[in-house]
Amino acid sequence: MTASIQVDNLSKEYRIGRLKHETMLRDVLVNFAKGKFLNREAQSTFWAVKNVSFTIDRGEVVGIIGRNGAGKSTLLKLLSKITYPTTGSINVQGRVASLLEVGTGFHEELTGRENIYLNGSILGMKKHEIDERIDQIIEFSGVEMFIETPIKRYSSGMKLRLGFAVAAHLDPDILQVDEVLAVGDAAFQKKCLQVMDDLRSGGRTVLFVSHNMEAVENLCSRCIWIDQGKIRQDGNASEVIRAYMSSFSSLGSAHMDLNKLESRIGSGEIRLTSMEILTTDGNLKEIIRSGDSLLIRIHYYAKQAVSDPHFGFRLTSQVGTLITDVSTWSMGLDTGRVPQGAGEIDFEIDFLNLMPARYYLTLWIQGVGSIRYDILENFMAFDIEGSDYYNSGRGISSNFGLVFFPCKWTKPRLLP
Amino acid sequence: MFRNFFLAFEWTSLKEVWQYRELFFFLVWRDIKIRYKQTVLGVLWAIIQPLSTMLVFTIFFGRLANLPNDGIPYPIFYYSALLPWIYFSTSISLSGNSLISNTDLVTKVYFPRVIIPAASVLAGVVDYVIGSTILILMIWLYPETGFSFAILLWPVLLAPLVLFAISVGMILSALNVSFRDIKYTIPFIIQLWLFLSPVIYPASMVEERLGENFRFLFDLNPVVGIIEAFRVTVIPGRSIDWGAFLISITVISIVFVLATLFFHKAERRFADLI
Repeated sequence: MTASIQVDNLSKEYRIGRLKHETMLRDVLVNFAKGKFLNREAQSTFWAVKNVSFTIDRGEVVGIIGRNGAGKSTLLKLLSKITYPTTGSINVQGRVASLLEVGTGFHEELTGRENIYLNGSILGMKKHEIDERIDQIIEFSGVEMFIETPIKRYSSGMKLRLGFAVAAHLDPDILQVDEVLAVGDAAFQKKCLQVMDDLRSGGRTVLFVSHNMEAVENLCSRCIWIDQGKIRQDGNASEVIRAYMSSFSSLGSAHMDLNKLESRIGSGEIRLTSMEILTTDGNLKEIIRSGDSLLIRIHYYAKQAVSDPHFGFRLTSQVGTLITDVSTWSMGLDTGRVPQGAGEIDFEIDFLNLMPARYYLTLWIQGVGSIRYDILENFMAFDIEGSDYYNSGRGISSNFGLVFFPCKWTKPRLLP
Repeated sequence: MFRNFFLAFEWTSLKEVWQYRELFFFLVWRDIKIRYKQTVLGVLWAIIQPLSTMLVFTIFFGRLANLPNDGIPYPIFYYSALLPWIYFSTSISLSGNSLISNTDLVTKVYFPRVIIPAASVLAGVVDYVIGSTILILMIWLYPETGFSFAILLWPVLLAPLVLFAISVGMILSALNVSFRDIKYTIPFIIQLWLFLSPVIYPASMVEERLGENFRFLFDLNPVVGIIEAFRVTVIPGRSIDWGAFLISITVISIVFVLATLFFHKAERRFADLI
């Protein structure tokens, strides 16, 4: 195995404060006139990436995960030479293609075909390579009909498909992808994953930054977890993802106060305040077993009257697979106008058909037109304990998958 | 340390720019396409701009102010200088703003950044060529001037002007990334520069009225030697002042080296600052 990417003690320091954005020459001149050339007090700094070292071998597919602002994107920018390291070194062997967004450099006035050439060239393709692949690219994009039309007439979906079609026909030794999968519909995302999978089978090195743990788990053999600019964990993808997921949330209890949770997204007109896990007769339920029925009581506080908010309940597995996301909206329940003040809503589960394992819970309130009021992503981990649901004396365990359902085997019958 | 920097700069950078030559041509091609697609007048614009300026100059500086004209008709006197001047001023203006108007390229992809300001300068050559055909037409219209082999020098004279516009573009675009008020300074710089260059008046007038010592200072502006040389190609019986031209070439070479060093040092921070 030869090293494809070798990173030694890489660090990147950013300046924050007045000198970072929109500096005016005027300011510098004024400061200069006042006798201080640089306004030092304004320069506080932070390390976006700090002492990161790793080696990636040729043909490895590595996922890079971490929270927002952890330094994943900075790391990718450093690896693709867009930004320069403050200290440390990067050694990359082979032709690199970095996809930090789809359709970089597209120009609205140019036609689809012209943009394929422009974008392809920006992503590092040679003209003869684009000439060879142009028909495939156009076919793949699915916008043949409009290929001679300026892309200002395209829908955003068409632009995305066109941009991705170019990216899919790059032929790099090393591909670096940042969150491309965050955009587009499910079919598009599937196509993206397919292309990356093909690259993997073709023995290319792939570096994949994503929040989609399931995709990382499926594609990558190895995973690097970046936390506050440093490598928190580097190793087998499933293990790292498991550790990452569990870092999100402490193990919950049957009664959770949600007021103090800080990692929440949303405008906050209506907020989740607490949650209780209860048995059907209303007692706190500390132990949850496979096959149980339970009632989740959610308390909220509306700062003002909110019309028709949607309440949602989402479960995620340890490796980030979405198990279910059920909401008042998807079940067709109209919540009506929720008046200002505190209130509660119940979510009943008749039959919890999940195999024993650790799960992550997300609760959310969103509004009409996907306004986000309050989203508590993976705020709580909880364990579902095993039970002997089938009365076989053998119990059920996570070795048998994620879910079970009412079902039955017959005895084998000899055909006459 | 400085020597190492110099050496490292020379080899890796030059090699890289060469590796990215196709992208460079694509950006030039893009800039040309867009320039003629976005405006209603399209290609006509390349003719209207120098022609209308020439007309105004002829009426006001020529007929009204009666400035010296080196013995050729005012329209051709002004047009022959405006052609290189408009090319140069448009180029440094586009090039100076090129990095900040291509933010997505700078923050999302890697390539030697110098390609961006250089491409803007190169794209303007099309305007220049279109404008030159009008000049040929004018020479044919005015019997006082005349065709000579000197017009074959036009492409030769263009080369140092391109190099100089790229140098100025590199400096302005790099400063523009750090200081956003440069953008508003560029039109002002161009305006002053026009008065410092022999477009409205002939260079000979500077020597006559302000003396020889001042003439030398005046010649340090590299645009002087080139515009003068350009204008002389349409004046029958005059030959290019190669001394002034040599000063231009020397200054341009020095500015080019300094601009490249400056740009190379500044480009490391473009993605962080832009």
